[in-house]
Amino acid sequence: MLPASRPFMSVNADQVRHVAKLARIAMSDSEVEAMVPEFNNILGWVEQLGEVDTDGVEPLTAVIDNHLRLRDDVVNDGNIRDKVLANAPDAQHGFFAVPKVIE
Amino acid sequence: MGELNHKTIAQLRDGFRAGEFTAREIAEAFNAAVEAGRALNAYTVETPELALAAADSADVARGTNELKPLSGIPLGIKDLFATEGVDSTSGSNILKGFKPPYESTVSGKLKAAGAGMLGKLNMDEFAMGSSNETSAYGPVISPWKRNDGGNAALTPGGSSGGSAAAVAAGMAPGVTGTDTGGSIRQPAAFTGISGIKPTYGRCSRWGIVAFASSLDQAGPMARTVRDCAILLETMSGFDPKDATSLDLPVPQWEAGLSSDLKGKRVGIPREYRIEGVPVEINALWDQGIEWLKDAGAEVVPISLPHTKYALPTYYIIAPAEASSNLARYDGVRYGLRETGVKTLDDMYAATRAAGFGAEVKRRIMIGTYVLSAGYYDAYFTKAQKVRTLIKRDFAEAFRDCDVILTPTAPSSAFGLGEKMSDPLAMYLNDVFAVPASLAGLPAMSVPGGLDSQGLPLGLHLIGKELDEQGVLNAGLAIEERAGFTHRAEKWW
Repeated sequence: MLPASRPFMSVNADQVRHVAKLARIAMSDSEVEAMVPEFNNILGWVEQLGEVDTDGVEPLTAVIDNHLRLRDDVVNDGNIRDKVLANAPDAQHGFFAVPKVIE
Repeated sequence: MGELNHKTIAQLRDGFRAGEFTAREIAEAFNAAVEAGRALNAYTVETPELALAAADSADVARGTNELKPLSGIPLGIKDLFATEGVDSTSGSNILKGFKPPYESTVSGKLKAAGAGMLGKLNMDEFAMGSSNETSAYGPVISPWKRNDGGNAALTPGGSSGGSAAAVAAGMAPGVTGTDTGGSIRQPAAFTGISGIKPTYGRCSRWGIVAFASSLDQAGPMARTVRDCAILLETMSGFDPKDATSLDLPVPQWEAGLSSDLKGKRVGIPREYRIEGVPVEINALWDQGIEWLKDAGAEVVPISLPHTKYALPTYYIIAPAEASSNLARYDGVRYGLRETGVKTLDDMYAATRAAGFGAEVKRRIMIGTYVLSAGYYDAYFTKAQKVRTLIKRDFAEAFRDCDVILTPTAPSSAFGLGEKMSDPLAMYLNDVFAVPASLAGLPAMSVPGGLDSQGLPLGLHLIGKELDEQGVLNAGLAIEERAGFTHRAEKWW
């Protein structure tokens, strides 16, 4: 949990670079440097949630009470290969083509 | 622009049925306005042929007495609704050229009800923004200008900025919007029109480009409360293709409209009187209280103690969900692909770097961070707990009242470029809208008046879950008393 007294959590360029890697967004060093203060501004602002006493409070899972439905385990769609591939940047032989993964 | 362009959906529907004009005349009038209004950049795609085709079907149906609820009505559709065979890009370069082979449930329902499509409407990229300035197509220009004699280009609000501008400029009698944290209500307020976000789960999310799935809701924007009721009736309803769709009958909201609020209690949350809000906004709020009293309502003070934590809660939850939802844009199945890199991993990273704009990257990064190992509980779980408290605040307040009245936004429309350099200042635009989103509640904005700059201001009504009728009725009571007939003076 986030105690109210905890010091401001801030990130540095290495951490931003790591997050960019996790998010699969290529970033130049200057973009990373520019994002560090933006990131810290936003994180510093959301840290005010540490003031809120949430002991014993369950995290919200469904905003409106609703039951999760089950459907019969039957095929109800399919046989639309050409539609599925219609927007692909590179479709070959009925498949999505990507840069070679295994040499 | 002809007189048809300023009629309400109800007037167009009824006039068409009575034979005062044909559906083709309606479609032609709006197609012409769309073309003449290109300077506003409200539409990303124009589909005049689809509007005319639906109109011709409606004219035939009128002859054979087979009219549908929206026969004769052309609509604009926000760019994030998948529309079969028509570019659906969510305002992003990463989806440039994407033509869905399927139709979203909501736009499909509108078409099945006889409505035609005028085109796709500009929006903030992936609905992330409050000014329409993050769109890959460039910002929408509001039809409104300040009355200071200057010529400053103003925002129509966002993210449904194209939707709002189109209605305000007579380029559509009604449109679809979506609202994740105010994206229907704030632009409606900025442009002097009405818009409602229904209870979470009323409108199917199937075929709507996902931003934050626990918050995203579609809703209509139009000139009047009645028009919103008409469109919402068609847009709502159970859809097995959306796991959070509510399996409930759709009320007849239009037939249920009544501005008699006798016996109704209107809650005024003290926490919404915040510092730094222009005096005119609070003055309009006070006027709104008087209007609802005049309609027979009793006004009661209420407290929503966690209001100030709603925005920071939202800016953890929405980016977290966005970072997960937007993982699908990888350059493999649709949209942009960056070539010229060697490995698959580099292709993903280069494609996403090239395809996403700055605000979308910022939110994906924040969302990735708050969900990452070691930070998940401190940020995401904490935010979901505060969200429970925000929802509980509303539940307790609704023991003492039937509907809540607040301002829609903390300012009138601002100038393009004024807030783009400061993300936090931009986020504050939704300070009054976000709490209802976090709680999944129905909420609407209706025009209340103009400020001293001559710009529209909105009043915001929040209802109990599933009580869209209560929200619409209070909105109607305000609409009747505000007598808002102002229109942006045509300059485009």
